[in-house]
Amino acid sequence: MSKPVIATTSLAGCFGCHMSILDIDEKILDLIELVEFNKSPIDDIKHFTKQCDIGLIEGGCCNSENIHVLREFREHCKILVSVGECAIMGGLPAFRNGIPVKECLREAYLLSPSVQANHEYIIPNDEDIPMILDKVYPCHEIVKIDYFLPGCPPRAELIWEALVALIKNRPMDLPYEVIKFD
Amino acid sequence: MAKIVNFTIDGKDCIAEEGLYLVQAAKNNGVYIPTLCNYEGIKPKGSCRICTVRINGRLMTSCTTPISDGMKIESNTEEINDLRKAIIELLFVEGNHFCPACEKSGNCELQALAYRFKIMVPRYPYTFPQRRVDASNPKIIKEQNRCIMCKRCIRAIKDEQGRSLFAYKKRGHKSEVVLDPVLGLQMSDELARKAMAVCPVGSILVREQGFIQPIGTRKFDKKPIGSEIEMSQPTK
Repeated sequence: MSKPVIATTSLAGCFGCHMSILDIDEKILDLIELVEFNKSPIDDIKHFTKQCDIGLIEGGCCNSENIHVLREFREHCKILVSVGECAIMGGLPAFRNGIPVKECLREAYLLSPSVQANHEYIIPNDEDIPMILDKVYPCHEIVKIDYFLPGCPPRAELIWEALVALIKNRPMDLPYEVIKFD
Repeated sequence: MAKIVNFTIDGKDCIAEEGLYLVQAAKNNGVYIPTLCNYEGIKPKGSCRICTVRINGRLMTSCTTPISDGMKIESNTEEINDLRKAIIELLFVEGNHFCPACEKSGNCELQALAYRFKIMVPRYPYTFPQRRVDASNPKIIKEQNRCIMCKRCIRAIKDEQGRSLFAYKKRGHKSEVVLDPVLGLQMSDELARKAMAVCPVGSILVREQGFIQPIGTRKFDKKPIGSEIEMSQPTK
């Protein structure tokens, strides 16, 4: 039997959840025995080359590119897992929810004290730049998500146990300390 | 001495003084009934409904129901726990509860209940309401994004003359719990700390006290909420 295939991505996230995947320490050697990676920043494969079994999503959706990637993941993965608070509820990027987009962009590109080189007062509007959304969306409000691993980041132990449970098709029995929202 | 009555919780035989509120009676028998708006020592309100149990077939809040003889109580059942989970999930989507950036994370009772019930994601869509942060008081910050309207602060934080420092403002979905701007100025450091401790979430914060407890040493880092009651020996 061929190894299960895993894909991962970071949407509107900080890569902290990916760092937490790496935080499984020496078990990473077991992981590469267990699975094969496809599209993922871990092996730097940019595009799906086959159908995958498990997709791990870090971060919520803050722009049109995030939505595109997330839908691509849904098409290519049998199981999608929201990893971390941002994927589950928008996380820190969702602090802007409730503030009009115009106000956010003005603050970021025109008014903020750190803006120095923008002499022409331009808010970036090139058509190649993904459109920013009206608010940051949790992933399960865009596509169907099968499982959720909370935490900021989710503890390495939680990610590991969840992956093993999915791959070996067995129930998860987690200690209390592992499920945290921070 | 008050009359001693017999009752059962999920089939367990219990005894308590007649008239004691059920939450307390259960606690004395080593049974934890989850609560959120209830706070030991202040008058119960019965507003959050998390302590709902089935008494002789009827759903009732155990923080406001006095115990009486022969009550048959169901608490830890699939149906009731799902109702409790639904309330917790509603509270999470109704406000802006960003746990990773909250000073109260790890000491928050709403979060602790979510941990206890292993809530991974709310079943309801997030509303992301627009709420303000009131930082006008020199001692405390009132973070409206996190307020769950439990009224604990209104009921517990009073000055020497018995006047509440906190009060309801506006109506309906616009309601908010606010600090009286005049009485708030006379607030002592001790009362400010008490207000922060009384708040089950991170809505009342004492200035310069955020994140002082390291992760791993906070109240609900290692043990679920209510575990101290379940571990305790029944008191007669």
